[in-house]
Amino acid sequence: MAYNEKTRGMYSDILSGLKSAGLFKQERYIHSAQAADIEVEFPAGAAIKKVINICANNYLGMSSHPEVVKAAHAGLDSHGYGMSSVRFICGTQDIHRTLEQMVTKFLGTEDTILFPSCMDANAGVFEAVLTKDDVMISDRLVHASIIDGIRLCSAMHDTFKHSDMEHLEEKLQLHNDKRLKMVITDGVFSMDGDTAKLDMMAELCEKYDALLFVDESHSSGFIGKTGRGTHEQCGVMGKIDIITTTFGKGLGGASGGCVSGRKELVEMCRQKARPYLFSNTIAPPVVAGVIKVLEILSASTDRRDKLEKNTEFWRKGLIEAGLIIKAGDTPIVPVMLFNAKLAQDVSRDLYDEGIYAIGFFFPVVPQGQARIRTQISAGHEIHHLEKALEAFRKVGKKHDILGKTKQEIIERYGM
Amino acid sequence: MQEIIKNYVTKEYVEDDTELTYDTPLISGGIVDSFSMVSLKRFLENKYSISIPDDKATPEAFDSVNKICVLVREYVK
Repeated sequence: MAYNEKTRGMYSDILSGLKSAGLFKQERYIHSAQAADIEVEFPAGAAIKKVINICANNYLGMSSHPEVVKAAHAGLDSHGYGMSSVRFICGTQDIHRTLEQMVTKFLGTEDTILFPSCMDANAGVFEAVLTKDDVMISDRLVHASIIDGIRLCSAMHDTFKHSDMEHLEEKLQLHNDKRLKMVITDGVFSMDGDTAKLDMMAELCEKYDALLFVDESHSSGFIGKTGRGTHEQCGVMGKIDIITTTFGKGLGGASGGCVSGRKELVEMCRQKARPYLFSNTIAPPVVAGVIKVLEILSASTDRRDKLEKNTEFWRKGLIEAGLIIKAGDTPIVPVMLFNAKLAQDVSRDLYDEGIYAIGFFFPVVPQGQARIRTQISAGHEIHHLEKALEAFRKVGKKHDILGKTKQEIIERYGM
Repeated sequence: MQEIIKNYVTKEYVEDDTELTYDTPLISGGIVDSFSMVSLKRFLENKYSISIPDDKATPEAFDSVNKICVLVREYVK
């Protein structure tokens, strides 16, 4: 069918519908490197504004770390720009295998396979290791990429209520007749910033002979005493069968992801995972950058320690200001506003005050749970956080939400 | 049967104070997502000692307590 006026009109109507429903996403152009201080053009064509970024996944401030940039330059010089091939034809360099071995050591697993992204790792892993005789039992709040991976897999799928261990146990009993059972969770949940009960999950998996899968994208590099992840924090290193994670957040912020875990399962991915088989892997300069990130994080815990202190300061500051935040101890700190329009208005006013933070609302989060998701970084200095808190106090006062309960905010602004 | 199924669906899927009726739309109403239908199917099969073919376990057939009862009765001997 030609792309005629009727077809164009159909898509225009869909896009207009998104706009009128307030669901239309707009990019903001950043004219600087990713960091705590950035230069933003928003809306398109507006004058460039210097703002403090508190919504990046740049947890460890590695995105523009000079040593990482230098290593990426060196990788570009020594190994070139691209591979023009998938891994198993002629797309594997020595540094790809080096990085896989370093990740294995860092996460305390048996083996690792790189993917172009963690989205691809999650899309490919379930189909590669499970069949229709198996069952996947996932937390109801797992990341969208896991849901996509589950959809691509022929195994039966069931869910358990978010972090509800009693419900998980019921599901493990219900599906006890299956050949393999795999329990699937995020390590740190990206929207609420809460942490999976991996110790209890590992215990249940042992009791019911199930495999345990954890996506550590929002944990790798900084959760746990040495930043290995949620499995370190929960004392279950070596007990997780499959970990997926990204190099696009704490571990450098560029791109790429991996599956790490039991060596046979990793090998199954190497033989069968379609995003690995049919796509180029991570580009050489990025591989060289991630290798440097892991060297830095393995040599010292300074950056994750600084992130922990920054997070404590930030959480305490928001509570003292009278704002409602989701409880927890991770650098993902949602400031709850409940009403979608209020979240958008607060985001806009914060931007006017020089603070870049985005409002999230339905369908990204459940109806009535609109929020500003703030994310703290080791790249922030206390003066950044103080300025951001001052902006939150000013904007909070303008909208009369400081010291107010959830009920009071909802009564005034609606859900 | 209606009450047993309604109670199961409430316990399993309702996470707020929503009151279900026998005709509340479950799938199209967003209470039960299509992924979670599998546990409902397994519950029914275990509870009533039946086997529901996959091609009969459609979102339409599971869309209310009353519709589920119609489906289950087809297979109860």
